Amino acid sequence: MTTATHAHADHEHHGPPSGLKRWLFSTNHKDIGTMYLVFALIMLFLGGASAMVIRAELFMPGLQLVQPDLYNNLVTNHALIMIFGAVMPAAAGLANWMIPLMIGAPDMALPRMNNLSFWILPAAALMLILSFIVPFFPGGGTQINTGWTLYPPLSLQVGMSMDFLIFAIHLLGVSSVLASINIIVTIFNMRAPGLRMIQLPIFVWAWLVTAFLLILVVPVLAAGVTMLLFDRHFGTSFFIAAGGGDPVLFQHLFWFFGHPEVYILILPSLGVLASILPTFSRKPLFGHHSLIGAMIAIAALGMIVWAHHQYTVGMSLAAVQYFMIMTILISIPVGLIIFNYMMTMWRGAMTFETPMLFAIAIILMFSFGGLTGVMLAVVPADMQYHDSMFVVAHFHYVLLPGAVWGLFAGVFYWLPKWTGHMYDEKLAKTFFWLHVVSFNITFFPQHFIGLAGMPRRIVDYNVMFTEFNMISSVGAFFFGISHLLFLYIIIKAVRGGEKAKARSWENAQGLEWEVESPPPHHTWTTPPTIKTA
Amino acid sequence: MLATKRSRSRSLLAAALAVTGFGATAAADEVQRWGINFPPPASTTAQEIYDIHMLTMGIATILLVIIFAVVIYSLIVHRKSRGYPADQRFHETWFGRWSWVFVPVMVLGVDLTIAGAAQKTLERVWVVPQDQPLLDVKVIGHQWYWEFVYLDHDVKIESRYVPKEEAGIHYLREVDNRLVLPTHQRVRFLHTASDVLHAFWVPELAVKKDAIPGYVTETWVNLTREGVFRGQCAELCGTWHARMPIVVESVSQERFDAWIEEQKQVKLAALAEATAEREWGKDELMARGERLYNTMCAACHQADGSGMPPAFPAIRGSAVATGPIPRHMEVVLKGVPGTAMAAWNSLNDLEIASIITYQRNAWGNDTGDVVQPSDVNAAR
Repeated sequence: MTTATHAHADHEHHGPPSGLKRWLFSTNHKDIGTMYLVFALIMLFLGGASAMVIRAELFMPGLQLVQPDLYNNLVTNHALIMIFGAVMPAAAGLANWMIPLMIGAPDMALPRMNNLSFWILPAAALMLILSFIVPFFPGGGTQINTGWTLYPPLSLQVGMSMDFLIFAIHLLGVSSVLASINIIVTIFNMRAPGLRMIQLPIFVWAWLVTAFLLILVVPVLAAGVTMLLFDRHFGTSFFIAAGGGDPVLFQHLFWFFGHPEVYILILPSLGVLASILPTFSRKPLFGHHSLIGAMIAIAALGMIVWAHHQYTVGMSLAAVQYFMIMTILISIPVGLIIFNYMMTMWRGAMTFETPMLFAIAIILMFSFGGLTGVMLAVVPADMQYHDSMFVVAHFHYVLLPGAVWGLFAGVFYWLPKWTGHMYDEKLAKTFFWLHVVSFNITFFPQHFIGLAGMPRRIVDYNVMFTEFNMISSVGAFFFGISHLLFLYIIIKAVRGGEKAKARSWENAQGLEWEVESPPPHHTWTTPPTIKTA
Repeated sequence: MLATKRSRSRSLLAAALAVTGFGATAAADEVQRWGINFPPPASTTAQEIYDIHMLTMGIATILLVIIFAVVIYSLIVHRKSRGYPADQRFHETWFGRWSWVFVPVMVLGVDLTIAGAAQKTLERVWVVPQDQPLLDVKVIGHQWYWEFVYLDHDVKIESRYVPKEEAGIHYLREVDNRLVLPTHQRVRFLHTASDVLHAFWVPELAVKKDAIPGYVTETWVNLTREGVFRGQCAELCGTWHARMPIVVESVSQERFDAWIEEQKQVKLAALAEATAEREWGKDELMARGERLYNTMCAACHQADGSGMPPAFPAIRGSAVATGPIPRHMEVVLKGVPGTAMAAWNSLNDLEIASIITYQRNAWGNDTGDVVQPSDVNAAR
């Protein structure tokens, strides 16, 4: 630690290399963080575009815009792009930018691996996009019509685009695991002298837990899709009943990854709130220790509840009882997190800048999504909810507030730090209201049509579902458009604006606010002194 | 759109009724628009499931109201613009120090209430009661239709979606052959699939179970009222996932018995016809073939034989349909592994012969070939 500091001290003031080299060969956590965030933003628009086509098709009954296979292809790609392309890289971008600044480290522990874990992503994204467009070329085979869950035997029927997708998932997995190793090693080894684990900001803790989850579950997905690849091409029958295999085995492998993945998506974002809420409430975080405990508990419980995604496959009574009770118990740590965040606001002196608005909206809307989650956990009732639009509404209420809004909140909160400019608060508040209101218009009615009997992933529906689908689609168009405003606000802040102070927000706490805005290319080459209370 | 303009005021009324829980009164030929909750249960277990749903939804709503109330109160009162002084020691009070204990205990209480209430219903739904005779119906999912086999009566029906012109307002929730079931009789469904995953779902019955190749899973119902209950496939099963409706017609035991008898007669007549020792004329086979093709093949290969390449190859001008007859019969009888083309060997010889004859002569294929049922029998 100290030797590294001295070695760096000699050329402390050198700036970044110029041109393409700066980005291609970068080992700097800030540049890599920026690249992750820009990549995620591009993917957000790609995934959003497919969602817009889906909602346009569902605007009214009948087949208007797309044929069924293209529709199913869009459903698949919307999910995969948003999860692996937008949310996870954005969270990794925040981690890269903020964890070294927050723990007083000069950079990530393994800077070259950091470069690798980012630059695998564009290759993986290319494979992912190819899996989407290859069927449109002569001889390109059929489109991926399985949804992101890739359940066999349907996924065994798909043409070569499925192979592109399998390799894309492999690459994305490698990237995530490398990034996770880097984050864990950084947090364990690179903290400023005297900064104890228990004192770390909740965002850092959230990412530590997330990184462990990633390392534990991503290889299981990789194994699952590799077995799929073998079934497709090498004559194995892991998932083919006729060959002695088991189609349900894939579902267990997939959801053993898939359920923890939900927490991988939301934990970093919930961690961001622990930085934002005390700042704008002007009082210390409520329940620092119990938040850490709750996040570890979520990760532990999250690993052992996967089969609640498969209540309808025909498991035994004992198995569904177990999965029901464990799933409902997740409400304990999640409830504690929500409670702590509410109590952080309680008796504060609040102001309502955009990051705070998002934080409050997250508390309210994520609670809503969490409570429908408890409903879904109840096995007998799930016999109705399962695979209906109710589920679609539920997980969008979890993942937009729980994951995406937390990232938006983090971006607005730290944008002055990154760019050195305050963003346009008025425009940002407009974006917030447009985004949150249209989000609710889009997804709230989907609860109704789901309960009334509309399954998910259908390209055409009976007239009885028309009205709420129309409302949902209109909301979705405003929702989609709102992101252009987001893009504009970011570009505007990058290009200029009111000069941000080192401590950009009154009462902002944490080591990241001790360095200038924007921070120099290298920060904390001399570790900060930690005052222990 | 279709029928949207019609009866705008009536649909508003329906919405009002749905809100107050009287949605059940919607007429049989009407679809329930603006539905916001489950349709009225039609079986004993569906009623219990509905009650559990309303209970958990009620608890969730109360918790949500509490969360909203606390946050909104805080937003109004604890703001800097009102000069509220931030309480810097709040997290160090007894409340702050012990909330990590009492909040989980309170949430655990709510959790156990929900899980406990669901327990009895879960057992009843999950375990098929064996103390009374059961009517066994095997439910087989195919791409893209349902097959229902009444195991006790040796009756099999195939249930396919009907096009918009015939189905009217029930389009995508109407079928050619309904699943007829008796009331007040325990029915056991045995679920399986022939190709990919499907899921049997009828909301009024509150039955949803995946149909999985290689698995047979079971559910059961005891219908409490007569009526027509509509549902559809709930597990993404490929291109025409949206076109796999399920329509249950719940009738009295007497009407059910009469219906079963009728089905047996229909089956015997068809069998007699198919096994009749006679040469069939080309026109006869073409007429039958066209009808069967449009029901069974056209969803993928299209009514004009153009298919939807690359997933579903064209039959018009195809090498299979204009080449050697044995290969054509092999494809139809055995399917094409690794594709959506299923083996159609459950059809009888006459049906296969008609379809193949039709495919070899329709849409300018003009091979002039006539395939007789005896040829099909030999090829099996």
